[in-house]
Amino acid sequence: MKDLIIIGAGAIGSAAARTLAQYELDILVLEKESDVGEVTSSANSAIVHSGYDPVPGSEKAAMNVRGNLLYDQMCEELDIDMRKIGSLTIATNDEEVEILRGLEERGRQNGVPVQMLNREETLALEPNLTPEVKLALLAPTAGIVNTFELSVALMENAMDNGVKLNLNEAVTGIRAIEGGYEVTTNRAVYQTRAIVNAAGLFSDEINNFVNPVKYEIQPRKGEYFVLDHFDPDFIRHTIFTVPSSKGKGILVSPTTHGNYILGPSAEFVEEKDDYSTDGETLAQVLATAKKLVPSIPMNQVIREFSGLRAVEKSGHFIIEESLPGFVNLVGIQSPGLTSCPAIAEEVVKFLSNTMEMKKKADFNPRRRPMVRLNRMTPEERAEFVKKNPKFGNIICRCEMVSEGEVLDCIHRNCGAATIRGVKRRVRPGMGKCQGGFCQPRIIKILARELGIKNEDVRMKSPGSFILMGETK
Amino acid sequence: METKQYDLIIIGGGSAGLAAAIAAADHGVEKILILEKEDEAGGILLQCIHNGFGLHRFKEELTGPEYAARFASEAEKRSGIEIKVRSMVLKITAEKEVHYSSEAEGYCVVQGKAIVCATGCSERTRGAIKIPGDRPTGVMTAGLAQRYLNIDGYFVGKKVFILGSGDIGLIMARRMTLEGSKVLGVAELMPYSNGLTRNIVQCLNDFDIPLYLSHTVKKIIGKERLEKIVLAQVDEKFQFIPGTDQEFEVDTLLLSVGLIPSNPLLTEIGVQIHPKTSGPLVDENMQTSIPGIFSCGNSLHVHDLVDFVSMEGETAGIAAAQFIQGTLATSEDVIRTEPGPGVGYLLPASLHCGKDADGKENDFVLKFRVQKPFQNVSLVVKQNGQILKKVKKAFLIPAEMENLTIRQADLLEKNGILSVEVSNE
Ligand SMILES: Cc1cc2nc3c(=O)[nH]c(=O)nc-3n(C[C@H](O)[C@H](O)[C@H](O)COP(=O)(O)OP(=O)(O)OC[C@H]3O[C@@H](n4cnc5c(N)ncnc54)[C@H](O)[C@@H]3O)c2cc1C
Ligand SMILES: Cc1cc2nc3c(=O)[nH]c(=O)nc-3n(C[C@H](O)[C@H](O)[C@H](O)COP(=O)(O)OP(=O)(O)OC[C@H]3O[C@@H](n4cnc5c(N)ncnc54)[C@H](O)[C@@H]3O)c2cc1C
Repeated sequence: MKDLIIIGAGAIGSAAARTLAQYELDILVLEKESDVGEVTSSANSAIVHSGYDPVPGSEKAAMNVRGNLLYDQMCEELDIDMRKIGSLTIATNDEEVEILRGLEERGRQNGVPVQMLNREETLALEPNLTPEVKLALLAPTAGIVNTFELSVALMENAMDNGVKLNLNEAVTGIRAIEGGYEVTTNRAVYQTRAIVNAAGLFSDEINNFVNPVKYEIQPRKGEYFVLDHFDPDFIRHTIFTVPSSKGKGILVSPTTHGNYILGPSAEFVEEKDDYSTDGETLAQVLATAKKLVPSIPMNQVIREFSGLRAVEKSGHFIIEESLPGFVNLVGIQSPGLTSCPAIAEEVVKFLSNTMEMKKKADFNPRRRPMVRLNRMTPEERAEFVKKNPKFGNIICRCEMVSEGEVLDCIHRNCGAATIRGVKRRVRPGMGKCQGGFCQPRIIKILARELGIKNEDVRMKSPGSFILMGETK
Repeated sequence: METKQYDLIIIGGGSAGLAAAIAAADHGVEKILILEKEDEAGGILLQCIHNGFGLHRFKEELTGPEYAARFASEAEKRSGIEIKVRSMVLKITAEKEVHYSSEAEGYCVVQGKAIVCATGCSERTRGAIKIPGDRPTGVMTAGLAQRYLNIDGYFVGKKVFILGSGDIGLIMARRMTLEGSKVLGVAELMPYSNGLTRNIVQCLNDFDIPLYLSHTVKKIIGKERLEKIVLAQVDEKFQFIPGTDQEFEVDTLLLSVGLIPSNPLLTEIGVQIHPKTSGPLVDENMQTSIPGIFSCGNSLHVHDLVDFVSMEGETAGIAAAQFIQGTLATSEDVIRTEPGPGVGYLLPASLHCGKDADGKENDFVLKFRVQKPFQNVSLVVKQNGQILKKVKKAFLIPAEMENLTIRQADLLEKNGILSVEVSNE
């Protein structure tokens, strides 16, 4: 019997795995997709929220504020790209000024540093903002994170410390047995003493297998534009509209790679796999974004995407031990990314109710740092490449990624096995040409390193093939 | 770090870069370096295995690789030209330092007295044209499909639809049909094709592939691999016409929706960019806003015929030679150019009256594309509103780049505004 099965390897499951890897436990993570962080944890705004916004006293507020606090150390230890650039929430009329004052008060109650800036102060910080701005709420502890790197780094470190990960394995049933649970998947049957349900959009179904209290997740879609990294100083903070009942509103933000994102919309949808984007919604996103930043250069758009928020009917984060040894992390919508290290701490508390939690002597909290060529001086880089020639071979023209970086991301724990896996870890294909130049090269490298045929390399899931066999 | 010195550094060993190198060597430049990121020089031509290259220049029909090979062997004959392949240029500076990286040499910095930037173009992607719907695999640019097929030897699709009637899409329609794929149609948003007429005839008509003008893809359907597309007709304002939806079951959608000059190296150091072409602003010498940095070929503006790419490369190479030798005359007087009615863009952006490499008064080659198809019209060149030259044209289409030569003797004065327009008279 295993000690623990974690269902789902998004940010929440991966953070739980990493935190629990400190303890003497036999842990297996089951993930139905071909990679970790493949679902909501790689399709979101990637903001480390400061926590001024959630209702004071709520679980969301507590997790957000604690999560934000834990982020610096977590990202430092795991070499995750994260920068606390601060956020500005913008009011452009009297009604919004009212709401903003309310948010300032909430921020104080949540213990989050916030500061009001007048029009001149705001425009001095962000000259490209709308001149209509009347008042802005600055939250200096808000940050941006490389959301792709987050789940990967957490899981890599968990695996470095003994956690086992099975990809392409979906849980199809759970039942309570003597001293634990029996978990059935598309590939095997396991027995385990405890379960962490971190299945995101499907966390209701996992819960409903065993818990008499039923939950229901309603997916709520957010659609975005991504712009190229055309000017590092175009916008320097995360810019929010004042939130409404529909969500945090629209934001305009730089990403950790100097791209810009605009979004998200907020519409409930029927299907949990509906990632389509539609013209009308995106036109609205753009119109709202332009109210914040009128001069957004739309010729810099390189792609659109959408993500699905896992909204539980109650609207709350459900973080609980619902049955002995069965920990639910249900309805973890925004700010889930920010909250992940805090939620992981809660999991430890719940599990210590049923299990002996003994710390390992040899837990290593650090991940081997990524090689970041573009942060080296020419001299450092020349020196490094001399010793590691594969880092001299540049295979992505837009993002200037080397073969060495691709090889490294394939051969680490929790390594990339798909084109998207490589793209999300080291960026070839993220740029202006969207893989037009590098994709053939990535296919060849993956095939060679994984010992498979070129036509068996996938974008992500088993059906997402690119090539259809050799020509005669 | 050691910085090796060259006279001329050429970035990109495609048709433009090779022609520039050869011309510069023939005009006395001694130490020329070509940096090319691919395994061999030749550029995009290496994947264009169809016929039709070099009709103007060599008066015969060559394949892309054959045309490229002629230039590559000419370059090799000249001892002053050094070609480094598998060498990606990452960065240049206004001081004409060039940072490149390769597996063989590592990270290197070299410096030239002049630079020719001939980095080609990239394809517009789904993101750039914003097609809504799912995000399956099987939606790819036509040039990428061409590479998989012609260089790597792989099929990319069995049932194919093509969006955009640019030349690469048309050529791929024929190529995939010949390989046994079924091409169900080509859709074009505009009411006219964006490809060369000969490609419409030889690649679509000859294979009974329908061309849907004023149509575009409304939706992409497929969770993993592409399953279906929805095609619909658009009105003059490019709005979908209700009731015109048609579904096509396809596994592949090729995008041939335009090429954009690729100039990340130049934009990073603040070279001025032409708002219409996305290439740099150049004068008659192909010199950019930074003296000694030149641009030519598809990274300057997108060409449909390689012969003109080669010519442009030569102009840039000769001018770079003059710059290095200190003989590139740049007068204070500048003529600015401006596209007139009916003309999309006009190059060069500025003209100086001076002497060419042979000491004669230089001519000006104006290059431009019209905004839409025209029949039985005149092209009129004006300076400060006065007509300098008028040429009758039976047909003009945006897909074909036009050339007009103006001699200094034709000009009224050495400054002012020069324009080209389409006139019904
Ligand atoms: C539009 C949008 C914007 C957001 N912006 C922010 C933001 O700026 N800041 C922030 O802090 N938060 C943000 N969030 C929230 C954040 O993205 C989520 O809270 C977080 O990613 C949730 O992580 P997760 O691990 O719970 O879910 P997921 O990442 O979805 O992971 C769940 C995993 O479980 C797997 N799984 C499901 N069912 C099974 C099964 N039966 N068997 C095995 N595996 C299974 C899935 O494949 C998936 O990988 C945003 C969310 C959205 C949608
Ligand atoms: C699919 C297609 C079909 C065509 N068909 C015809 C035809 O039938 N007949 C005809 O006459 N013309 C045709 N053309 C047009 C013509 O052949 C091309 O426009 C011409 O070859 C472009 O030459 P170029 O040197 O400007 O660009 P390219 O050939 O693209 O060369 C640019 C070179 O720069 C290199 N490079 C780019 N960035 C870097 C960097 N950072 N570091 C190092 N190297 C770099 C690239 O690898 C490439 O080799 C066709 C073009 C295409 C794309």
